[in-house]
Amino acid sequence: MKERLVVIGNGMAGIRTLEELLKVAPDAYDITVFGAELYCNYNRIMLSPVLAGEKTIDDIILNDDQWYADNNITLHKGKAISQIDRIKRRVIAEDGSEETYDRLLIATGSRPFIIPVPGHDLDGVVSFRDIHDVDQMLDAASKHKHAVVIGGGLLGLEAANGLMEQGMSVTIVHLMDSLMERQLDSAAAEMLKNSLQERGLNFLMQAQTEAIIGKERVEKIRFKDGTEIYADLVVMAVGIRPNFELAKNAGIHCERGIVVNDTMQTFDPRVYSVGECVQHRGLTYGLVAPLFEMAKVCANHLAQYGIGRYEGSVTSTKLKVTGIDLFSAGDFTGNEHTDELVFQDASRGVYRKLVVQDNRIKGVVMYGNTLDGSWYFDLMRDETDISDMRENILFGQAHLGDSGHGGEENRVAAMSDDAEICGCNGVSKGDIVKAINEKKLFTLDDVRAHTKASSSCGSCTGLVEALLAYTVGGDHSVAPHLKPVCGCTDLSHDELRKAIVEQQLKSIPATMQALNWKKADGCPKCRMALNYYLLCAWPAEYKDASQSRFINERAHANIQKDGTYSVIPRMWGGGTTPSELRVIADVAEKYNVTTVHVTGGQRIGLYGLKKEQLPKIWKELGQAGLVSGHAYGKAMRTVKTCVGKEWCRFGTQDSTHMGVELEKLTWASWTPHKFKLAVSGCPRNCAEATIKDFGVVCVDSGYELHIGGNGGVKVRATDYLCNVSTEEEVKEYCAAFMQLYREDAHYLDRTAPWLERVGLTYIKEKILEDEDGRKALAERFLLAQKHAQVDPWQERVEGAEQHEFVPLKEING
Amino acid sequence: MMTDNWIEIGTINDIPRQGARVVRRKEGDIAVFRTNEDKIFALRDKCPHKGGPLSQGLVHDNKVTCPLHNWNISLDTGLAVAPDEGCAARYPIKLEGEKIFLSLVAK
Ligand code: SRM
Ligand SMILES: Cc1cc2nc3c(=O)[nH]c(=O)nc-3n(C[C@H](O)[C@H](O)[C@H](O)COP(=O)(O)OP(=O)(O)OC[C@H]3O[C@@H](n4cnc5c(N)ncnc54)[C@H](O)[C@@H]3O)c2cc1C
Ligand code: SF4
Ligand code: FES
Repeated sequence: MKERLVVIGNGMAGIRTLEELLKVAPDAYDITVFGAELYCNYNRIMLSPVLAGEKTIDDIILNDDQWYADNNITLHKGKAISQIDRIKRRVIAEDGSEETYDRLLIATGSRPFIIPVPGHDLDGVVSFRDIHDVDQMLDAASKHKHAVVIGGGLLGLEAANGLMEQGMSVTIVHLMDSLMERQLDSAAAEMLKNSLQERGLNFLMQAQTEAIIGKERVEKIRFKDGTEIYADLVVMAVGIRPNFELAKNAGIHCERGIVVNDTMQTFDPRVYSVGECVQHRGLTYGLVAPLFEMAKVCANHLAQYGIGRYEGSVTSTKLKVTGIDLFSAGDFTGNEHTDELVFQDASRGVYRKLVVQDNRIKGVVMYGNTLDGSWYFDLMRDETDISDMRENILFGQAHLGDSGHGGEENRVAAMSDDAEICGCNGVSKGDIVKAINEKKLFTLDDVRAHTKASSSCGSCTGLVEALLAYTVGGDHSVAPHLKPVCGCTDLSHDELRKAIVEQQLKSIPATMQALNWKKADGCPKCRMALNYYLLCAWPAEYKDASQSRFINERAHANIQKDGTYSVIPRMWGGGTTPSELRVIADVAEKYNVTTVHVTGGQRIGLYGLKKEQLPKIWKELGQAGLVSGHAYGKAMRTVKTCVGKEWCRFGTQDSTHMGVELEKLTWASWTPHKFKLAVSGCPRNCAEATIKDFGVVCVDSGYELHIGGNGGVKVRATDYLCNVSTEEEVKEYCAAFMQLYREDAHYLDRTAPWLERVGLTYIKEKILEDEDGRKALAERFLLAQKHAQVDPWQERVEGAEQHEFVPLKEING
Repeated sequence: MMTDNWIEIGTINDIPRQGARVVRRKEGDIAVFRTNEDKIFALRDKCPHKGGPLSQGLVHDNKVTCPLHNWNISLDTGLAVAPDEGCAARYPIKLEGEKIFLSLVAK
């Protein structure tokens, strides 16, 4: 017989846990849910837009009756549990009915705090927590005029705005002198108050409620200073308290909430708890993002996988009042050890403040334009060193030059529904918004899985995140602190790389086993990353896992849209000879190459070849001395050069020769993402060295070295590294830089995002300041090259991987 | 109804684990997959999306990821994994000892 799982609380955290559980272990339990409310699980966050008339209750249902039925979950709506009997392992409902459990999940959320002033129990005094409250408010709005909201925090302001939209005259009463004091500094709070006042809300600051007055229904409110105002409706939005009495009465250890460990278990190991009712590592949470993280971990343990751990969350807040953009995260007050970076443009209504300590962002407050909020939040969460962007960081993440979807003026809210967001998969804003609403998506991964948006080149990720924020409101982002490599593991890229080295893991299966991979076979994402990490860690010993390579790398040719392949022979430093050209021409004719194209990487591509032909073609090219161009892999691609001093009247050094030397040094090196180089003969920079991963600009005194640039989706010009005077030094610095990138970057990060993550200062420390370190890096690079610089074409001509190139069988007729 | 007409196409050792080989025919190639657990499957070598050669994809669990635009196709059903929709024709295939037999009557 299946074990029985009982869930108390049919709210956001409890049901999210069930969803996660059903994903990983659909048949593990007989599940019964008790919910005190009369509704199916709905999106509580969206009560604010419902109150403001922007959405209906139907819009915000997350799981309807059918969902419970489809998943064989017994749902008791409108049935509150009044007792947990841990000895007999059963729960008892208010109506006396019972249910036994093998495991219990308590997800009872919070209760709104009601200030116990006289009159708090009069008709017309409500809190703002559930559908019932919203119904009461809407009812009052249809009959009455004056509303008073006690509490100028997030909830209070959203309630006030909603009631105003419903036609009431609304006064917000706040105890402090500044609104949302837990999320905003006084400057931002003042801007917020001004714009809310302009919209018609009234404020009574530093006002302490003494009594609510009325016969049956509320009529007035009196304050400590004796003033009174009219009120037909009073909304108490002064805070929430974790709802843990039920657990406490059952003898489960509670402090400010139900105390749970990192596996979401209470002191009774059969009893789990998630959501606002818990206290984890001393903290309680009141936003959905952390609850969703808890849900994931809890589901993992209920499914008896036993690997996930919840380690706490960093949260951010946004106010869901249409037309007001506000964002806050972390510690925004600062102390004697922190600096404040502030940008204020009062006439445009823009304010941003970053609190910075040791060049790490500790807190963010933004008002007005908040599109960069998620970027700052990521920098904060990842503890990125911002020393190199400090000067410009307040202007936001420059979107200049993003190809495919224009510039930063593309504020998602202003976009039309048919505006294309994901240029790769042709997904429009309307498609995404529809999927978010209909499929109830909360995370970037959800949107990727359901719409494909942002799942290819990723350049629209920022826009998709902005759309999520705009559509779902509140805290859509549940990205954990350090992103795991993929769904098959909880380890981040850095943790994985470290474990491979420390635990001497030398094959993909061994790594997966030692590190408890969730799927024995992994997925394309982690297998490709693992193959690279292992190869980088053990250049001499590792046996390449060709079945974990993308076809372009496995077959050493690039697959085309029609299943044919392209072959691009290497042309060292962009140079070629008449005899090479002759062979290329001969091969092109002999094998009926459909297209011959001069590539953007200064060489010639032959297109439209059949896979079986490849070894023959390689053989002919190889006989003329042409080797594989690695035009297809996450590897060193090309070294572009200009003609330089040899011909050009401005040339300062022999850039072509330098380029050939660099290409001989670096060819065939596997890298986390592709790696491109260029050498220009003078600062006119005809070889475009300043948008390459490693660029050399020749100057009279020697060579300027530049790093971390690329063309492509998001153009980034290089950062200047240093000047050196000899070719030998250029090679040493290049080898060291490439090795640092190889050993350090996450798979599929080009040098630009890697550099931005670790900081230019870090790279300078390793390459410029630490001479021994640099030499050691360069040596490790050369060692790896010793094993890598084998012409893969020649290997295949000689019979390697033959199964790739011949059919298993040909059947005629 | 036609009965399955089994053709011997090679042995399981001819296909790498987590890999695939192609059976070539005038009417279109058939991709024969071998999973990590030595299960074998046969599908038309044509992705339901835009015709990508599934035999060239990455095999994981009982799925293959198409090399062109990363659709995932279930090897046992031929169906694309949601949110994508579509189906690649399946062919009966069986293992007798090490020998692989394929039937050309699509399911
Ligand atoms: C062949 C070539 C186009 C051409 O005919 O000229 C080419 C072709 C492809 N590029 Fe490129 N790129 C080519 C030069 C470039 C350049 C120009 C350059 O290198 O100076 C760029 C911009 C510069 C840069 O990378 O910094 C470029 C930026 C990209 C990008 C975006 C990279 C980025 O970091 O944003 C991709 C996508 C990716 O790699 O994920 C890409 C991906 C591709 C792929 C491999 C897409 C794919 O996976 O199938 C294309 C294969 C086409 C095919 O069917 O064979 N290609 N690609 C060029 C080969 C150069 C060579 O000799 O190796
Ligand atoms: C108006 C409003 C706006 C919000 N906006 C945002 C936002 O923008 N961003 C954000 O991140 N968060 C927001 N929140 C907070 C977010 O909704 C909560 O953090 C989240 O709903 C908490 O989930 P939970 O499952 O812990 O609790 P709940 O969703 O409250 O679920 C608990 C459920 O348990 C039931 N229950 C309690 N006791 C019992 C019992 N004894 N027996 C049976 N059932 C019981 C309750 O009736 C309730 O349905 C908002 C909240 C409100 C009220
Ligand atoms: S060659 Fe490059 S730019 Fe051209 S279509 Fe392919 S990926 Fe896009
Ligand atoms: S052709 Fe297979 S995913 Fe596009």
